[in-house]
Amino acid sequence: MSTTAATVGTLADEHHHGPQAGLMRWLFTTNHKDIGTLYLLFSLLMFLVGGAMALVVRLELMHPGLQYVEPQFFNSMTTMHALIMIFGVVMPGAVGLANWMIPMMIGAPDMALPRLNNWSFWILPFAFSLLLLTLLLPGGGPAGGWTMYPPLMLQTQDAFPFVIFAVHLMGLSSVMGAINIIATIFNMRAPGMTFMKLPLFVWTWIITAFLLIAAMPVLAGAVTMLLTDRYFGTSFFNAAGGGDPVLFQHVFWFFGHPEVYILILPAFGIISQVIPTFSRKPLFGYTSMVYATAAIAFLSFFVWAHHMFTVGMPLTGELFFMYATMSIAVPTGVKIFNWIATMWRGSLTFETPMLFAVAFVVLFSIGGFSGLMLGITPADFQYHDTYFVVAHFHYVLVPGSIFALMAGAYLWLPKWTGHMYNETLGKLHFWLSFIFINVLFFPQHFLGLAGMPRRIPDYAVRFAEFNFISSLGAFAFGLSQLIFVYLVIQCVRGGQRATDQVWEGAEGLEWTLPSPPPYHSFTTAPVVR
Amino acid sequence: MNKEKTMMSDTPATAYYLPEPSPWPLLASITLALMFVGAAVMLNGSPLGTFLMGAGFALFLLVLYGWFGTVVRESLAGLYNRRVDISFRWGMVWFIVSEVMFFAGFFGALFYARLLSVPWLGGAGTGWLTNTVLWPEYTAQWPALQLPDATHFTLAEHTVGAWGVPAINTIILLSSGLTITLAHWALKRGEHRGLVGWLLATWVLGLLFVVLQAGEYGHAYTELNFTMNSGIYGTVFYMLTGFHGLHVTIGSIMLIVIWLRAVRGDFNPRSHFAFEAVAWYWHFVDVVWLLLFVLVYWL
Repeated sequence: MSTTAATVGTLADEHHHGPQAGLMRWLFTTNHKDIGTLYLLFSLLMFLVGGAMALVVRLELMHPGLQYVEPQFFNSMTTMHALIMIFGVVMPGAVGLANWMIPMMIGAPDMALPRLNNWSFWILPFAFSLLLLTLLLPGGGPAGGWTMYPPLMLQTQDAFPFVIFAVHLMGLSSVMGAINIIATIFNMRAPGMTFMKLPLFVWTWIITAFLLIAAMPVLAGAVTMLLTDRYFGTSFFNAAGGGDPVLFQHVFWFFGHPEVYILILPAFGIISQVIPTFSRKPLFGYTSMVYATAAIAFLSFFVWAHHMFTVGMPLTGELFFMYATMSIAVPTGVKIFNWIATMWRGSLTFETPMLFAVAFVVLFSIGGFSGLMLGITPADFQYHDTYFVVAHFHYVLVPGSIFALMAGAYLWLPKWTGHMYNETLGKLHFWLSFIFINVLFFPQHFLGLAGMPRRIPDYAVRFAEFNFISSLGAFAFGLSQLIFVYLVIQCVRGGQRATDQVWEGAEGLEWTLPSPPPYHSFTTAPVVR
Repeated sequence: MNKEKTMMSDTPATAYYLPEPSPWPLLASITLALMFVGAAVMLNGSPLGTFLMGAGFALFLLVLYGWFGTVVRESLAGLYNRRVDISFRWGMVWFIVSEVMFFAGFFGALFYARLLSVPWLGGAGTGWLTNTVLWPEYTAQWPALQLPDATHFTLAEHTVGAWGVPAINTIILLSSGLTITLAHWALKRGEHRGLVGWLLATWVLGLLFVVLQAGEYGHAYTELNFTMNSGIYGTVFYMLTGFHGLHVTIGSIMLIVIWLRAVRGDFNPRSHFAFEAVAWYWHFVDVVWLLLFVLVYWL
């Protein structure tokens, strides 16, 4: 066996000196770093597109009354903004980081299934083209909300089948990506890299990949049901035929709740890499972190109906889903505690990744607590479908997932490019983002508690002041992100040379490779003791 | 057992085969997108869509042919070692799990309709108001042949009974599970004729299943007036059995491909992952059918 391995090894080496030249490198690549870069750039592009849509929403909501856009277009902006940010920004962003970092962290030469890897990526530009082009169709883009509830969603005009198929393609991409990540982590670890030695980012990705495999096909099923109800006479969601529109909500949220953990678990992983690095201490409670992540993922399959407390479920259902939801706070609390305990008596420095990570811990906790408030069934009857919900999930997604992706980008940019980024600009980006994200979303809690409904282009004048403040925050936050775009370009093009270890407190296999690392990370597997 | 040992023996990571840059993933994305755009245009009522969808589908099949062809050539050239093989195995296992979850969504719809929405419409539990105000005439039953409001539906006279063709189909699929196992045993003993013969038998059984199922659909549509449009039972019946039938069809195509490869002598007793992957897939399709037979046809 070992002789065969050796010959194959040399054969493989002959074929892989480095990247191809020109455009073909990016179109046909089978390299995890190239594909990671493609994912990250795609995610950044979609961040700007989805962000622009959010600004259309905030522009219209700046003052009461209708002034800039038609209500239908407003609704399609909220719908598309959500679909793009979830499936086009946070998920590809996290997959991009996984592609870049997992092989380097576990001591592998590449991902397990390199061609499948490229397919997972290249489906996405087509899926999002399908989605974005619906804006030009008769009847405009989808405007029934990203949750696509029937019967409203079934009123979508020509855009309808395009949206459904775009979701199918996104699901296909995610499932194949997840399969690849699991195969890589299970099969490509360096000798001695046992499961309980894996960096936490790798662990959170194993668990996320399982969530993807279990949840995305259910979403595919849900949208297929919508499609056949609309075109083939089925009656899944039609009470006249014995179905029930509420069935869609059950199927959708059976996907949808694991989905929110798909969006946040890789973020937990990134934060668990950043905080020990800049605290110069190992992560506190590694084992409990792993089990807490697994517990969160497991519980996420039993809480879906907390998204539909007001739909008219039987009381036992309401109670079950309320208590199950509350119980997720326990493993999440373990994680927050461990991050703080890692910083406790650490030798802390506050470079940009650490600033984003610390902000994550604080602001994500705010989003977590408002989630607990929403999880209390009787209280949810008051908060349901108000701006309080909007404030809640934006707190967990923007200063949660997005801040974590930013922290990861700043942590690993020097490793990827071989250059240090501009720390002053990084800090400026952080502070502007930190201040304006709160200006943007904090007032929305008050709006929601005062009764302002979500997904409405106009509102009562008593909500005017907080909406104005929120819109100002939105524009300032949006503009601040351009600093990041500039900083990335600057860092790719040049800058102070990064050392292999980059950060004084950085530990792990990825930091033993040169910056930038060779095209195929570990051509000889390192031995981990 | 010795799995760990094998993995350790080819530890230098260079041993892992890394494919050269490949056009297939991009081409697969383009053709898949073409197919979906065509389908969407078709559903919006343009005949051009049907053409685009057909073209996209045909081209996608060509891409799959090319892609799998590349993989087969690499495999025959001996480029794949034990570890690459394990990657393929994990890939197939989790792909099948994702398929299980796809079916789980539709089974969930079946349970929901049967245990919740139909009884509620008939006035059970919190549904009494709906029943009293909207459809006082409606009484719940399963299979739900009567509907709360049949205006836009095709009322069925009968459903497809379990003990006719579906029972025969159950026997056919279970036998095909047996024949593919016999083919595997023959392959492991190095008996070429046994492998080729039992594999062909499996394929014939799969084909027979599809033909009988299509006949049964025809019977239901033309004689029983039982269609997708016959309310919730017709909905879950045709969606579940339809997606299952689609998977049997895909499985049959996979079977004929590995049959051709078996005839050509691609497999040896130690290395035949393609065969095993198809066998796993075939067993998965088998198990889904058993659930369908019990939960959709019988009970």
